[in-house]
Amino acid sequence: MRIGKYIYELDNKIYMPYVSSICGTYEAAGNLREFVDNVMEDDLWGCMTHEMAEIKMQKHIISQCLERAKIGESEVDCIIGGDLINQIVPTSYSAREFEIPFLGLYNACSTFGEAMIVGANMLSNHQNRVICVTSSHYATAERQYRFPLELGTQPTPSMQWTVTGAGCVLLDKNPSNSPYIARYVIGRIVDLQCSDANNMGAVMAPAAFDTIYKYFKESGESPDDFDMILTGDLGRFGMDTLHYLLLQADIDVPNLNDCGCLVYSKEQKAVQGGSGAGCSSLVFCEYIYKLFESGDIKRILFVPTGALLSKDSPLQGESIPAIAHAVVIEKQR
Amino acid sequence: MINSKEYAEYVSTHTQKSCEWKTLPIAFVVGGLICCIGQAFADLYTYLLPTWEKADIGALVSMTMIFLGGFFTGLGLYDKLGAVAGAGSIIPITGFANSIVSPAMEFRKEGIIFGTMAKMFVVAGPIIVSGVTSSAIVGIVYYIVGKV
Repeated sequence: MRIGKYIYELDNKIYMPYVSSICGTYEAAGNLREFVDNVMEDDLWGCMTHEMAEIKMQKHIISQCLERAKIGESEVDCIIGGDLINQIVPTSYSAREFEIPFLGLYNACSTFGEAMIVGANMLSNHQNRVICVTSSHYATAERQYRFPLELGTQPTPSMQWTVTGAGCVLLDKNPSNSPYIARYVIGRIVDLQCSDANNMGAVMAPAAFDTIYKYFKESGESPDDFDMILTGDLGRFGMDTLHYLLLQADIDVPNLNDCGCLVYSKEQKAVQGGSGAGCSSLVFCEYIYKLFESGDIKRILFVPTGALLSKDSPLQGESIPAIAHAVVIEKQR
Repeated sequence: MINSKEYAEYVSTHTQKSCEWKTLPIAFVVGGLICCIGQAFADLYTYLLPTWEKADIGALVSMTMIFLGGFFTGLGLYDKLGAVAGAGSIIPITGFANSIVSPAMEFRKEGIIFGTMAKMFVVAGPIIVSGVTSSAIVGIVYYIVGKV
């Protein structure tokens, strides 16, 4: 069913009976240390390269998710996922290990939201179960987007720290006592001509505003109808900016939170907070999902945000387009 | 929604900037210390090799400092210093060594030829090009001025 122009309500709820996540040691020492699911012993995790470690992370959590669900590979209809690396190599290579059809996606850090939307739509048709997975790794992202790891540069105060982490969720159309996807909004590209690749919060906040504003305007709901409005990886400055933009539009969101702000503690030198395709999936799977299970939250508006740049596009004088998808996730009271 | 001009103004006034009264003194002290280490080597070499010319001692000091920069990059310590010292550890010649050794290490995974050798100068390349170009220009000017 369609509400207004942008909101889609699923006729059949799409459940999330099982999740799995993994993070690096730095993330495991952060704010969410009590909720950690799996931790890698170090950034390489016994692999030759960091890319291979990222592949291993995805493989590990997909296998673990299947184990937890006690189902075989043949019972999953598709793996849907992505990451930040060129040609989404980590996801394709981890999917190589499974006898499961595969759809690779790229929406930068908002890929987890995109995967949920694509998955929910597939389950509204003929598929029964799909796995949504995204990952990011500090070392693979750093070498692709910025500088070699050993280069002695100083982080800009507006920068964010790429999360080493991955999360995967099993989407199932069979009802269960688990959180489910009720509605979604597909984001549109918003570009307010920011071109500073070291200030992603400023780049993405308008996209998050656009999606959240549309949701509240068209649904007639208010932020009070949610336990949490959770953005993907705006970081502290991005979140303040989103607050400002929403207040300008007369929407006060006291329950706004951000995965990038949640993941690291203030003492860790992660500057503005975490970012990356694994940021929202990690925080959702290791933390938010558990809040649903414990009954602390019943309904959230999950808004993963992404900045769709390459290393070269800002150098060529282009501004950075941003996107944010919204997914309403609920659990039966 | 806010237009891009207003937004750019909001972002530029609200984005956290480097705290210069904090970063500048650290850069000054660390950069100064690296130079003091270089001077110590110069004094040591002058003492050990009294027959050497001053320019040769200078070259020897540069080689030592380049080696040390590369060595501490290899140990994984120079980037930690750089995160605190900023320009203080980038500007001296040890920083130049770091900018060449770090990509050489990083891209080693793509092989010696297409990794290390091809990408060794991705960071230092612009410095080398501008250095060579400007020295050629200065050389030509010097030659012409000398003739006149």
